[in-house]
Amino acid sequence: MANRIEVALKIPDARALVRKRHLEGMGRSIKITGVWLVDVYTVDGDLSGAQLKAIAGVLSDSITQRAKVDQPQSPAKFDWAIEVGFLPGVTDNVGNTAREMIEDFLKVEFRPGQGVYSSQITFLCGDLTADDVATIARSLANPLIQRVHIKRRDEFQAYRGMDLVIPSVHLDSKPTADMVEILGAADEELALIGKRGIADADGTRRGPLALDLTYMKAIQEHFKEQGRNPSDVELESIAQTWSEHCKHTIFSDPLDEIRDGLLATFIKGATEKIRQQKGKRDFCVSVFHDNSGAILFDDDHLITHKVETHNSPSALDPFGGAITGIVGVNRDAIGFGLGAKPIANVYGFCFADPRDTTILYKGSNFTQRMLSPRMIMDGVIHGVNVGGNNSGIPTSQGFLIFDESYRGKPLVFVGTIGLIPQKSHGRSAHMKRARPGDWIVMAGGRVGKDGIHGATFSSEVMDAGSPAAAVQIGDPITQKKLSDAIVKEARDQGLYNSITDNGAGGLSCSVAEMARECGGCFVRLDEVPLKYPGLKPWEIWCSESQERMTLAVPREKCGQLSDLLSRRGVEATIIGEFTNSGRCIVEYNGQRVMDLDMEFLHNGLPKEAMQTVECRQVHREPDIPMADDLTDCFHAMLARLNTASFEFISQQYDHEVQGGSVIKPLQGRGRVNGDATVIRPLLNSSKGIAISQGIYPTYSKIDTYHMAACAIDTAIRNLVAVGADLEKLALLDNFCWCSSDEPERLSQLKHAAQACYDYAIAYGSPFISGKDSMFNDFKGYDEDGKEIKISVLPTLLISGIGILEDVGKAVSLDAKFPGDLIYVLGETSEQLGASEYYALWGEKRGQPATGSSVPQVDAKSNLNLYRAYSRCLQEELIASAQSIHRGGLAMALAKTAMGGMLGIDVWLESLPGTLSREDVALFSESQGRILATIHPNKRKSFEDLMRGIPLAQIGTVREDDLIIMKGLRGNVIINTALQGALQSYKSTFRDY
Amino acid sequence: MAQPQVIVLSGYGINCEEETQFAFELAGARAHIVHINDLIDGHRGLENYQILAFPGGFSYGDDTGSGNAFAHRVKNHIWKQVLSFVQKDRLAIGVCNGFQIMVHLGLLPAIGGKFGTQQVALTYNRSARYLARWVDLEVQCDSPWLRGLRKVSLPIAHGEGKFYAPGKVLQELKARGMIALKYALGEVCTHLDLEPNPNGSLEDIAGIADETGRLLGMMPHPERAIDFTHLPHWTWLKEKYKREGQKIPERGPGLKIFENAVEYFK
Repeated sequence: MANRIEVALKIPDARALVRKRHLEGMGRSIKITGVWLVDVYTVDGDLSGAQLKAIAGVLSDSITQRAKVDQPQSPAKFDWAIEVGFLPGVTDNVGNTAREMIEDFLKVEFRPGQGVYSSQITFLCGDLTADDVATIARSLANPLIQRVHIKRRDEFQAYRGMDLVIPSVHLDSKPTADMVEILGAADEELALIGKRGIADADGTRRGPLALDLTYMKAIQEHFKEQGRNPSDVELESIAQTWSEHCKHTIFSDPLDEIRDGLLATFIKGATEKIRQQKGKRDFCVSVFHDNSGAILFDDDHLITHKVETHNSPSALDPFGGAITGIVGVNRDAIGFGLGAKPIANVYGFCFADPRDTTILYKGSNFTQRMLSPRMIMDGVIHGVNVGGNNSGIPTSQGFLIFDESYRGKPLVFVGTIGLIPQKSHGRSAHMKRARPGDWIVMAGGRVGKDGIHGATFSSEVMDAGSPAAAVQIGDPITQKKLSDAIVKEARDQGLYNSITDNGAGGLSCSVAEMARECGGCFVRLDEVPLKYPGLKPWEIWCSESQERMTLAVPREKCGQLSDLLSRRGVEATIIGEFTNSGRCIVEYNGQRVMDLDMEFLHNGLPKEAMQTVECRQVHREPDIPMADDLTDCFHAMLARLNTASFEFISQQYDHEVQGGSVIKPLQGRGRVNGDATVIRPLLNSSKGIAISQGIYPTYSKIDTYHMAACAIDTAIRNLVAVGADLEKLALLDNFCWCSSDEPERLSQLKHAAQACYDYAIAYGSPFISGKDSMFNDFKGYDEDGKEIKISVLPTLLISGIGILEDVGKAVSLDAKFPGDLIYVLGETSEQLGASEYYALWGEKRGQPATGSSVPQVDAKSNLNLYRAYSRCLQEELIASAQSIHRGGLAMALAKTAMGGMLGIDVWLESLPGTLSREDVALFSESQGRILATIHPNKRKSFEDLMRGIPLAQIGTVREDDLIIMKGLRGNVIINTALQGALQSYKSTFRDY
Repeated sequence: MAQPQVIVLSGYGINCEEETQFAFELAGARAHIVHINDLIDGHRGLENYQILAFPGGFSYGDDTGSGNAFAHRVKNHIWKQVLSFVQKDRLAIGVCNGFQIMVHLGLLPAIGGKFGTQQVALTYNRSARYLARWVDLEVQCDSPWLRGLRKVSLPIAHGEGKFYAPGKVLQELKARGMIALKYALGEVCTHLDLEPNPNGSLEDIAGIADETGRLLGMMPHPERAIDFTHLPHWTWLKEKYKREGQKIPERGPGLKIFENAVEYFK
């Protein structure tokens, strides 16, 4: 018997008011006079009336809420009711907490199959048509994960409320392993299995294995030698392990003359060379082979960093995709070495213009409508909010980039920095090794059908066949309990030998990966705790259900570990043992469903040599007429999506939890977004970590080599500007490419990777970790039903991490006091190709303006400049500083002024560089430049220390609130007030 | 007693226990992080401590209302211990999620000594969104935690911090001097041009105390404001002090609250 407990607020509901504003913003046709919300718990259990009444009290707040059992709560006046709940099997955190509370309160246990499910009713008052309400419902719910029930007032009253729905999972499949006929399969059938998946008895395909024919034939060959067909568990497992997502074949396989592949040659190769060059000053500790990369922090600690992407899931379910992204990359810290504590999150989002209202369909005939850019943006931002905030990890550093190429798939970058002691329980904490005989323990969440085929799915282009089951929702609190128990207790008690996270590929990847440390494994899938019965063995093995770690536990420590975990509310189960048999063996229900040679599983995939084809597009430089007054242009630049304030994100992401915030995401009186943040991970030490990012996707339109070079230079410059030690900077690469099976795209990739090598070495800043995502393409249909393909711009995010000896010397970007001198360090040249200024011009003209004068990086002279600047910073001569990047000098000057809420006088005549035009001087995106202000009495010491570096004083900080800039001939070209600039800068996302 | 022993609760998504422990230790106490389940199963007992801290965090992910589920866990298992603790001459503090827990437990405000009955509420922010920023506070009551403080600036970070009390309760809170902290226009809000009341709290209330002042609940986080470099405008202040020839301070405004607690037991 199931019952509905409905909870309504007795006092004005801020959530309802905000929702009303949001719905009103949807369009002029929608007129809403009132919105009310009612929270619903559907309790499916054997509870008495008295018990239910008591529970209603437990699940509500007696002061502000009214809770009723099986009595609909509705406002006196309403016209429509929309109830949104989850579909069966979708993670329902509120429902799960309510269940736990009920069990703890009543001392009862729900039977298998029973549970508590949350939903919410939105009551609407207004003159709305059924179509309007359907539009509203589409903005409230995502049909992939949620169910929607709509009732008119009369229907609501006739039925006495909304319907009783119990979204429990019923699987009627027989959970056995099937053999897959491949020995006798023709190439055509092999290719089909690889592309569309194994065929079930009814002929339907299970979803992509993402194995091309070469791979399928290698598998066929292997099983021919074995004299048998593979089971579905084996084939799925190989597909996970060999997936582009896991093996990064495009980045690893031979490409043209690069026989060892791009990753080994250009990324790892750079790091190896830098480490050799640094010799005793090498600060890398663990690079490229663990879940995160690690560098030395102080005598007792390492810091780790890892940045991931979660693009494909975020396109389908933005909230779920983003939250599982951030909570998932947290596990790359927890799963580093013996377990690092996550101490900071970073983010970066590439979206389409949220004002774009065009419609896309994944399916033909106007089926499978894609979410709007605004819904994707809102959902992704909220997902990282919940994932980061709930986990108690500060999220300070991030960026937003907008481009129409992200309309099909957004790019969602999420990263986590970790802290780990060098020694734990007498062991080097960055080392781990499962030993034969260790138990395999799975800890954390349970396994369901969620996230099946995530790894293979993200290795493919998104189209109508992309599986919805790949979507999942995170549960940060389950993971927080697990994380705390591991990194704050179990690790330092020495209770396990190895640990890794369950991400892509689930157990099939985590167990098989750890089994390499000892040489084999034996798993009993029957032991794996499930969310609901009926999962097939291959699903249990490959499910990507979240919040799970796999541990190798010495037998004698197992009791102590399971006792600890159970006392911390963490479920942990022995699911098998590590062996040295050389084989990965899996049993289910007494049947051996997998018995694979470890060597074949990990190294059996054939290398596929790739060829590139050079493709350089030449774009004409736009012919922009000279203007005498650039004030309007200045405001338009400040208001652009790519340069505007995203304070609304910085304020909703807790960046001060853990007590180590130093340079916050918003700086100065005007609360301006900075380019780097600083944290202090050890509360009793003044040593800090600086975090930054660099990204220039539009430059790829011209040249990916310079695109990559600029991203690296910017990430480094942002760190240096804030005060990081130039000798101890590390980098991470995240390539998000498109159509990587096309030789032209591979050529662009090769150039970008070459730049990574050249510039990492030039700066002596090693790559310590990275990730790539090669198929960020969308294939579908536009509003008219015409087939289209949308590919992201070849995008490279460079994340930077650096160390500050003394955070007390960190510098913020805001001008400090009137009379301070404004300096530009570095030369400005006519480098506007693919710049924000050209984009603005292109939009004005209604045709793209790309140009070809993309900024190029002179690392040698930049390095001299950064060194000299760092000396000035250490001498505390710098009052404010920031790196000059997107939008050029004008944007940096504006932020200096708005940050300090002080006017500025600027004269461009003395600006170092070769310039013929004011707009070029203001908006060129030349790299290697820093904008700084200094106290007038520091002028001499500053200029002395900077000797030999191209620099000039180009202005002073004013007493009043005017921003006045004079051009190359001393003429006033910008004249505006601070408040107006601030208005432009902050208006773009004011209502977000 | 020279050095009070502090118990800092943890578990189920509480996440400010380490910085809370650090703040107490910096102030001169001995602070121990104890998982609530270790109290429940008797591994630890409250009787050994002088100060009880419910730190901030996201217990149970704020599901069913922030602080509600954790409060029920306390009530279901260790209520007697907690009641006996607060009725002695001990101190307790709840910060942010900890404040929400204490409110749900009826430890605050406990007008008329009615421990165990919820009397006020902390509900969704005016913006219905999580908000992290700094606020200025004016001290309103005489609590051992707040001695010597009149104004203090601290950060907040919460989604459900809007204080609400039914009319009669509010009257009582005022009459009995139990309103501890109010949001007010001060140094930081002026400097950063921020609205003083960040969340729409009734009468700008940011924190309340019980009738003795020994129990304090507050939405702002003093443990995130114990160092100079925690301040949102420290780079500006540093430059100012440098130019004025003043010493750069080492500590931040929140530390005093922890020092007061230690002082109480001297």
